[in-house]
Amino acid sequence: MSSTAIEIQSKRGVWGGGNEPLKASYGKLMMWFFLLSDIFTFTAFLITYGAIRVSYPAYGGEVADFVSSNEYWPIPEMIFDAIPFVHGGHFPLVFVGLMTFILILSSVTMVLAVEAGHRNDKKDVVKWMLWTLLGGITFLSCQAWEWTHFIHGTDEGAMLTYVNSFNNVVSETVYGANLLVNEYGPAPFAQLFFFITGFHGFHVTIGVFLLFLAFYQAAVGVYEERGHYEMIEKIGLYWHFVDLVWVFVFTFFYLI
Amino acid sequence: MAQESKNGLEVIPRDSAKIKKIWMTALILLVVTAVEFLLAFTMERGMLLYIIFIVLTIVKAKYIMMEFMHLGEEAKPLFYSIIVPLIFLIWLIIALFKEGSDIFLMRW
Repeated sequence: MSSTAIEIQSKRGVWGGGNEPLKASYGKLMMWFFLLSDIFTFTAFLITYGAIRVSYPAYGGEVADFVSSNEYWPIPEMIFDAIPFVHGGHFPLVFVGLMTFILILSSVTMVLAVEAGHRNDKKDVVKWMLWTLLGGITFLSCQAWEWTHFIHGTDEGAMLTYVNSFNNVVSETVYGANLLVNEYGPAPFAQLFFFITGFHGFHVTIGVFLLFLAFYQAAVGVYEERGHYEMIEKIGLYWHFVDLVWVFVFTFFYLI
Repeated sequence: MAQESKNGLEVIPRDSAKIKKIWMTALILLVVTAVEFLLAFTMERGMLLYIIFIVLTIVKAKYIMMEFMHLGEEAKPLFYSIIVPLIFLIWLIIALFKEGSDIFLMRW
């Protein structure tokens, strides 16, 4: 059921496109099927993470004594423990928890915008779209900081023995992360971090563009002219999906 | 309160029960996340904790899909055409985890 009233012109018969399969409009239907395909892409990423993780030894000792090494898979809470403005502190998962809260809250303001759209309430739609947009931009900024920190690494770094890009075995202190070596764990750890959170961040970026588009069009009255706010609903589906993916990334990348 | 815009699109007043339900869902999601966060530091790492995390994640996913994306209110065939294909993922999980643990046995 969709509460958005979309008039089907009586002039167009069933064979002329005057039909709504599954009682959803074309745009909403296609958005759902796009999201289904995206679910497969993201789960493929996360299952790959799991498969690669079990192919490495797990860290055996006490969590508190954890020292990162490329011999075993790291414990995420010991890796993601930095927050902005505090240098070298140990605040496990605080920053990523904050990011999760921001994304969930922006999802809430999005659903409020969709609800306002059902009521044709332009003022509320614009207000909630603006909040959602701000949430999205804040999340992206947090992720930019998180990446910067991950790439630059800690002050101490880690003493590792690895094969460098010239195929020589080297033993040196490694700071931060790139696709070849990282101070946190085996090379695939950083690779998967970049690919999974990067692909999610890419979705958020597209989402922010779409949110801005919808915010602008709602504000200048495009949807009012059109007679319905269905675009808000479609972009809302996409934005909730981005939140949904983050919920899984949070669990499988940061918690487990 | 029902004002009309210039082209006659009628603005329906807010239904506070509906809005309250949205905020309740938000609260549930935030509380579940907070619980996960707490468990991460109070429980010993192990299979039991991982299973709790996965269950809580699925609970959150259910709330997002049903309450925020209104999937439950869509027509039944649409609902099932989104949910049923996900069973393919079960095989992907089994296959890749088998693959991963076999690589582990070969390497170490």
